[in-house]
Amino acid sequence: MSGLAPVLIPLSYLTASALFILGWRDLAHPRTAVRGNTLGTAGMAVAVAATLLDRRILGYEMIAAGLVAGSVAGALLAQTIRMTAMPQMVALLNGFGGGASVLVAWTADIEARLAGWTPSGTVLVASVASGFIGSVTFWGSLVAFGKLQGLISERQIRFRGHQVWNAALAAVALGLGAWSVAEPAIGLLFPAIVAVSGVLGVFLVLPIGGADMPVVIALLNSYSGLAAAATGFVLDNNGLIIAGSLVGASGVILTRIMCRAMNRSLASVAFGVLGPAEGQRAAADVYEGRVKATSAEEVAMLLEGPRRVVIVPGYGMAVSQAQHAVRDLANLLAQRGTEVEFGIHPVAGRMPGHMNVLLAEANIPYEKLKEMDEVNPTFAQTGVALVIGANDVVNPMARTGAHCPIAGRPILDVDRARTVVVIKRSLAPGFAGIPNPLFAADNALMVFGDGRQAVLEIVAALKEE
Amino acid sequence: MADFLQSLTVFVLALFVGIEVITKVPTTLHTPLMSGANAISGITLIGAVIAAGAQHSALTQALGLVAVIFATINVVGGFLVTHRMLEMFRKDR
Repeated sequence: MSGLAPVLIPLSYLTASALFILGWRDLAHPRTAVRGNTLGTAGMAVAVAATLLDRRILGYEMIAAGLVAGSVAGALLAQTIRMTAMPQMVALLNGFGGGASVLVAWTADIEARLAGWTPSGTVLVASVASGFIGSVTFWGSLVAFGKLQGLISERQIRFRGHQVWNAALAAVALGLGAWSVAEPAIGLLFPAIVAVSGVLGVFLVLPIGGADMPVVIALLNSYSGLAAAATGFVLDNNGLIIAGSLVGASGVILTRIMCRAMNRSLASVAFGVLGPAEGQRAAADVYEGRVKATSAEEVAMLLEGPRRVVIVPGYGMAVSQAQHAVRDLANLLAQRGTEVEFGIHPVAGRMPGHMNVLLAEANIPYEKLKEMDEVNPTFAQTGVALVIGANDVVNPMARTGAHCPIAGRPILDVDRARTVVVIKRSLAPGFAGIPNPLFAADNALMVFGDGRQAVLEIVAALKEE
Repeated sequence: MADFLQSLTVFVLALFVGIEVITKVPTTLHTPLMSGANAISGITLIGAVIAAGAQHSALTQALGLVAVIFATINVVGGFLVTHRMLEMFRKDR
């Protein structure tokens, strides 16, 4: 068997890569997506099983111990995590991926030194890349996890000169990297690169505010792939290179989508810059005497008439756990012949696609979930737009106010519906920190209160009639 | 250098394949796409397995063990949670 291993192992990596690609192709539709994930799992199983035949492996105790411990922890995490906490889970997994890649590259560095080899230039450069990217990913992801889990303040944390610090840390890490390539004989440079990059990872993510978390998670997702690919260059292993490259590409695409959804450049997210805040209207000016509050009973009557209702959920809906109540409301309206659809803003949740998962968990059919570009032209023909726990993503200032932090950001045009009903705890601003003229619009009615409670009351009122 | 160019070729071509395939994934599945990507970036496991099994020194074995644990959490946790989510999108049919 061991004679076949040098052929079998690379073939298994080819098989795995093909299965990953086929699996992701199946993600093009919810119907085939489960099969796609199974193909990916099979690919990974083939690659790992074949690797166990590698002749460099002398003992299996450590491998078995690690596989068992990791499997138990991973399975527990996957089965118990709540869907609202999915961003934290992905942040944590990004970190573990980056961390594992660093450790593998570090081991390769130590092994080469023990054996007295001089690594090639490629291996040296790749080691630096793996140590740098992987360590930034690991520590940055831990901070992102802490922020999403509420262990660290979600606000933008600024400290004086943090951009100078970041530039200095990056320069030191890359300088150490260049030194280690020029003088391969010097030991301990790799751990030094990892340490400096780790501090950089913390400093990079710490200042970033909660609203920008979808961008950060997508970016760290990409880094975890690139770290794996860099480790692939170190080990001259195509399996790692291809899989890492695929993940890197996925993260880059999602990062771009998230940036576009917030009309922000990656640089402005990374450096914590928000748009100009001058010339803003005070909340009192916007709302004074114009906000009309209403009751669940009145909303129920409003919902009797129209042919078409669009529900726009924001993260506030998830916080109040209103998904199931919202599903009941949608079903009730549909039974009465009303067309009900959901308008989902790309950053409605805390990560790409998050809101869709939360609604799918409540058994809302995915055909009813419409993307922003698809639903926006339909608001003019919509009787009632029901906004639940959303704020910045429906703020018309994004279209008109040139001097506000969200200027130019694509929004859901709910104000073009005949009537807009907004369920919200209070008039408190969203992440952008600005008032929302929608709440004071002539065609807008506010229902103040907990999202779940309000929707339950509307459902009850509808049933009574 | 030849090795590097060959690896670079594979890397860049895989990037293009990734971009082609992933742009076709609908928005509604972007969260499972990311958790699935987590699982696949756990491919580092194959490097970790060799590092943990090669028994070069106590230090490399220890580092290898931690790497195996991290990567396995990624692989197992990533694929299972992705499955859990994708089932939710399926059961409404």
